[in-house]
Amino acid sequence: MEKLKSSFKNMLLSLALISIVVAGLLALVYGMTKEPISQAEKQKQEKAIKDVTPDFNNNPTDEKFEIEISGGDKLTVFPAKKDGKLVGIAVETNTKKGFSGEIKIMVGFDIDGVIKNYSVLKHAETPGLGAKMQEWFSDTSKPTQNVVNRKWNSNMKVKKDGGEIDAITAATISSRAFMDALNRAYEVYLKVNESDLQTQESPE
Amino acid sequence: MSKKINILTNGILKENPVLVLLLGMCPTLGTTSSAINGFGMGIATTFVLICSNMVISMLKNFIPDKVRIPAFIVIIASFVTIVEMIMQAYMPPLYESLGLFIPLIVVNCIVLGRAEAFASKNSTFSSILDGIGMGAGFTLALTVLGSIREFLGTGKIFNFQIYPEDYGLLAFVLAPGAFIVLGFLIVIVNKLKTTKN
Amino acid sequence: MNKLIISPSPHIHGEFSTKRLMRDVIIALLPALCVSFYFFGLGAMTVVCVAVISCVVFEYLIQKFLLKTTPTVNDYSAIVTGLILAFNLPSNFPLWLVVVGSLIAIGVGKMVFGGLGNNPFNPALVGRVFLLIARPVEMTTWPLPINMITADATTGATPLAIIKEGLKNGLTIDQIKSQADYTFTYLDSLWGQIGGSLGEVSAIALLLGFAYLLVRKVITWHIPITIFLTVTVFSGTLHLVNPNQFIDPVFHLLTGGMILGAVYMATDYVTSPMTHKGMIVYGTGIGLITIAIRTFGSYPEGLSFAILFMNAMVPLINKYMKPKLFGEIK
Repeated sequence: MEKLKSSFKNMLLSLALISIVVAGLLALVYGMTKEPISQAEKQKQEKAIKDVTPDFNNNPTDEKFEIEISGGDKLTVFPAKKDGKLVGIAVETNTKKGFSGEIKIMVGFDIDGVIKNYSVLKHAETPGLGAKMQEWFSDTSKPTQNVVNRKWNSNMKVKKDGGEIDAITAATISSRAFMDALNRAYEVYLKVNESDLQTQESPE
Repeated sequence: MSKKINILTNGILKENPVLVLLLGMCPTLGTTSSAINGFGMGIATTFVLICSNMVISMLKNFIPDKVRIPAFIVIIASFVTIVEMIMQAYMPPLYESLGLFIPLIVVNCIVLGRAEAFASKNSTFSSILDGIGMGAGFTLALTVLGSIREFLGTGKIFNFQIYPEDYGLLAFVLAPGAFIVLGFLIVIVNKLKTTKN
Repeated sequence: MNKLIISPSPHIHGEFSTKRLMRDVIIALLPALCVSFYFFGLGAMTVVCVAVISCVVFEYLIQKFLLKTTPTVNDYSAIVTGLILAFNLPSNFPLWLVVVGSLIAIGVGKMVFGGLGNNPFNPALVGRVFLLIARPVEMTTWPLPINMITADATTGATPLAIIKEGLKNGLTIDQIKSQADYTFTYLDSLWGQIGGSLGEVSAIALLLGFAYLLVRKVITWHIPITIFLTVTVFSGTLHLVNPNQFIDPVFHLLTGGMILGAVYMATDYVTSPMTHKGMIVYGTGIGLITIAIRTFGSYPEGLSFAILFMNAMVPLINKYMKPKLFGEIK
């Protein structure tokens, strides 16, 4: 086949045809992957919730709701229920007090306000320092830095602020931000505990 | 036949896109923080490279010269989008760690460079071979770079712990390490090439 | 091997040689070295010895076996690099990391560019910054000085880090100063009673060395004094605008290795400008960047980054600040 000349008609035709074919192809792949993509995203969120809450058998992502805390921010709450009974909540909390940018953490409380676990979803802290918060505060062999499986209380602050938690070595700012995020999550827990728990626990 | 084999092996060492031609530096430096990331990026780029080389060589007579660059870019971009969607659907962890760099394959010099320099002038079969060879060279370079950085930075290769992580030098996982390691790799390849000649 | 004189002719032959200059730098560093031994004890001695020995050994090995040139270790420059690198490290720094830092300083900072005279960046600083990024925990927890060799060393943050962290927490300067862990006084820093790296602790010892270097005409006053002046003016202006958020200039001058950096690291012949005018531009740049990083950046300390950054600018400065040719009329 002879190479097409660069006439206006040819150029238009060739580009238009290529674009149409490509658009069709993309639409096809989009249709094929749309379901798996949303599935994968949902799975990720569900896994984050599962990691931090007591055993449940409802679908927390479908029952999520928002709670406003002091300062006007709204945090998302995922209730974990077993056989229709609330066993704990997962709170997607955040803080802007980090060393660089926002920190997002999924924190799970059981019904008594004990932190079951947490999972750092997003952060931009310094690698090797603040970035260690996922491992640092969940090391149950070190009681002075661990927050997991403990009931939240007013002493849950870094030592520098008069609390009892060891800050990450050389990363007090990140540690403080982590505690701030947890504190905000606990505020949500208290609010849920006040209102929704009672109404939801009462028989229908 | 030996000519075809030549096309295939050309990209691996003699004209290695990263270590000899110094093309596609941005994903090279940005994604090689671990061996698996480098490998994943290499495979994604290889896929795009083979597909775009194939399609462009098939369409080379259909695309008028004056609009060849926009036409190439549209074709490349669509393959990149396909890779992105597939990866997002079936390999979410890899998608998350490569993140922004997937769309950036569109502007990777290697892909457009091969389309312009090779696929638009050669037969479809040769172009596919060229895509495989160049892609293999790219993947190899990125995997080696990623392995070295992961090894020095965290003591692991492909997530396999070789020495305790406490002795890792974090700088190698971060940007400065990418430049230093790449520099030394290029030195080694140059040395190999000069002693060979 | 004298690559120091690069200005246009005519030249007068002086008695300066690399060896003599380096020997003078070492002598100038001695007072600070003694002070650091006194305050940090045995740890300081081992860090210094390991750094100096490994720098010299790496230089020798790389020149002999990799570059296959005649080793030039007897010009003392590797010793100076080792000393200055050690001065930038905490006295409790793991020794294997001191060796890694020396390898990076000599290998990546100096030898890849072709050895002394060709390196665009100060080798010791390359080593230090690499270690800072590679091991942020070890590089940011400094031992507090001890008075006796036997006493246990405690660790803590440097005054600069305390200030930075307090400001981030929303406190004012005065509130931070009233905190328990803030024990810093200006008098302390003059003698060396503050937490910090080996060589940044005693202002008086470092200034003594500065005076010696000036008397021996090893360096001129231009770079250090411009850095000090810029820092004073810039941080002073900020302090006047809002004393609650910006600490006073004296603090900036006495902390974070300011004197060590300005006198011994910024003035490195190879990596600083040739002309006096160029030196003033260079010094001003270092001062501005340092304070900018310290006040607005994410690291508490900015001097080493500032020096490295201005090192990169030196060829440009040299290009635009050429001295007039002899007899040239504009």
